[in-house]
Amino acid sequence: MPVITYRDALNQALAEEMERDDSVFLMGEEVAEYDGAYKVSKGLLEQFGERRIVDSPISELGFAGLGVGAAMVGLRPVIEFMTFNFSILALDQVINAAAKMYYMTGGQIPVPIVFRGPTGAALQLSAQHSQACETWYVHSPGIKLVTPGTPADAKGLLKASIRDNDPVAFMEGELLYNLKGEVPDPDDGDFVIPLGVADVKREGSDVTIVTHGKMVNEALRAAATLEKDGIEAEIVDLRTLRPLDVEAILRSVHKTNRAVYLEEGWPYVGIGSQIVSIIQEEAFDYLDAPVVRVTQADVPMPYAKNLEKIAKPDAARVVEACNRVLYRN
Amino acid sequence: MAQTSQAMDKALERFSREKLHAFMREMLLYRRFEEKAEEAYAIGKIGGFCHLHIGQEAVALGMIGPLRDDDYVITAYRDHTQALAKGMKPGPVMAELYGRDGGASRGKGGSMHIFGAKERFMGGHGIVGGQVPLAAGFGWAIRYREEDQVCVCFLGDAAVNQGAFHEALNMSAVWKLPVIYVVENNEYGMGTAFSRVSALPVVERGKGYGIPAHAVNGQDILETWAFMEDLVEEVRGGAGPQYVDARTYRFKGHSMSDPVSGTYRSKEEVREKTEGADPIRLLRERLFEAELMDQDELEALDREVREIVDEAAEFADASPFPDAAELYTHVYSEINEHGRLFFDGRDR
Ligand SMILES: Cc1ncc(C[n+]2csc(CCOP(=O)(O)OP(=O)(O)O)c2C)c(N)n1
Ligand SMILES: [Mg+2]
Repeated sequence: MPVITYRDALNQALAEEMERDDSVFLMGEEVAEYDGAYKVSKGLLEQFGERRIVDSPISELGFAGLGVGAAMVGLRPVIEFMTFNFSILALDQVINAAAKMYYMTGGQIPVPIVFRGPTGAALQLSAQHSQACETWYVHSPGIKLVTPGTPADAKGLLKASIRDNDPVAFMEGELLYNLKGEVPDPDDGDFVIPLGVADVKREGSDVTIVTHGKMVNEALRAAATLEKDGIEAEIVDLRTLRPLDVEAILRSVHKTNRAVYLEEGWPYVGIGSQIVSIIQEEAFDYLDAPVVRVTQADVPMPYAKNLEKIAKPDAARVVEACNRVLYRN
Repeated sequence: MAQTSQAMDKALERFSREKLHAFMREMLLYRRFEEKAEEAYAIGKIGGFCHLHIGQEAVALGMIGPLRDDDYVITAYRDHTQALAKGMKPGPVMAELYGRDGGASRGKGGSMHIFGAKERFMGGHGIVGGQVPLAAGFGWAIRYREEDQVCVCFLGDAAVNQGAFHEALNMSAVWKLPVIYVVENNEYGMGTAFSRVSALPVVERGKGYGIPAHAVNGQDILETWAFMEDLVEEVRGGAGPQYVDARTYRFKGHSMSDPVSGTYRSKEEVREKTEGADPIRLLRERLFEAELMDQDELEALDREVREIVDEAAEFADASPFPDAAELYTHVYSEINEHGRLFFDGRDR
């Protein structure tokens, strides 16, 4: 299988879907002439022209809403947010328009739109530029949320998201774009991963680490450390947070009887609160220890290098949490 | 015809020789400060996004210099020189870029979030257009307390495409707020030329709200200063909000991680501007021509500001990283005795 970057995997997905369906277009800041702030749309302007690869003004509320409108009348917009931090000022169109439209119209008007871009922190970008935005989106019924952590997942899930008839928030990671991994050759057929299917990224029998997005890679590092200690961790990568593969979580917890949730964002009403709630409601009798969450420190992201490092969740904290649910210290 | 004496360069007449030297010294300070930041970034002492103001010095100085100490200034993330212009000390500004405890924002904000409440430098904001309604709020508070300060709000050309800008302008006009909105029109928002994302030029975009719109040559310190000196007094006297298109140019890449030129602007265009529209060079030529400054005096000023900048860097270097316990300070202004504030389960 060819090994490509996460960035190129997204680029392939966009190109293939645009090739397949003329109603798909990409709009956002710097996506055309500049090839995208993170070069995800490299070469697409040349391939598809200005009609379909469109540089927008810095008007997030405006172009998010324009996308929703276009979707309401049958196009399939892919709206790029340079980062999801900037989508906070577009949330009205996402939550009040995109998420509710199908319901408010009694099923008359679907909104097949994708909002995509990086979420979460990169390096020393400080408080306004380092936020995991999952909760703001997934909180609202009517939105789907996809968070690929590997190149293959990025490609297969973006293709599925573009074909989906509901609004999908598709959250990438600045620090993932250069990540390499195997992705099926485009010549070997259409590679689409359905939404709502988790993926066990590592099998193990001692403890379950449930996670999503960029943190999958941190979980793998933690599992490698635990393995040296004779602990086999199972990693359940949710991949999509709504729809959520509840069965996959329960299956793993039934096996290991212990779980840790790892996420990049803040703990309060974070993704982990939902997962923990599901586990205790639906697998209480299987648990040998309370479920523990590993998150960002409950503060805005500081700039100073040393503070940022301790604010972020990392493999060491995951190891610590696993040991805790295993009563190993 | 070349101007050969002070008498022929009318714009010089408004200012004393000392004032003109001060202009040169200040702009050199801003330039050397940014060059030092560039150096420090290259060796990893500064991280994240770092946006330099090189080429735009005459906007910062001319638009802030004429203000009183108790007037307010607010801007976006390209904020180092505005902070200096509003009276902040180079040491704490540099230390903020270094992410140190001695930084203006205690190392928590970084390059994009310089704040000096005492100097009434109100930041340092990272979301394009986000600072504009805040400026209206300062204007509102001034009027509410029946005081006579003014607020200068800087924004980039690309920020006029944000809804927040238009909403704030309308409210400023309706309530006659003492706010001067200065668009630092450097022709580009990152890699996008303004003309590609606006059907009208910058100066037209503040119209339609009943706010006077002005245009100035932002590369000419004599023009920006004189213009602002007059305008500030009008606004202080109750003239209401103003909108200024300050035409300038960014000599460096958008941030330290972006290219100076590329598909969006040519090397030739950049060279033409850095050679023909450098605010420091333009002032130097005029002062030399009018025999108001000579090479020795210029060099002495340059030595003086280089020393200040070196000291700022030394201050930053010597300042410790924030203590780990600082992670949880300044999230809330006080500890609550009744309920829990933090939920990460970590030791504090
Ligand atoms: C709401 C929002 N969208 C996008 C960005 C990313 N971004 C940072 S600066 C910038 C360009 C702004 O250009 P302009 O306003 O002209 O200011 P300049 O950088 O030229 O000083 C963009 C797109 C952001 N910070 N905030
Ligand atoms: Mg600009």
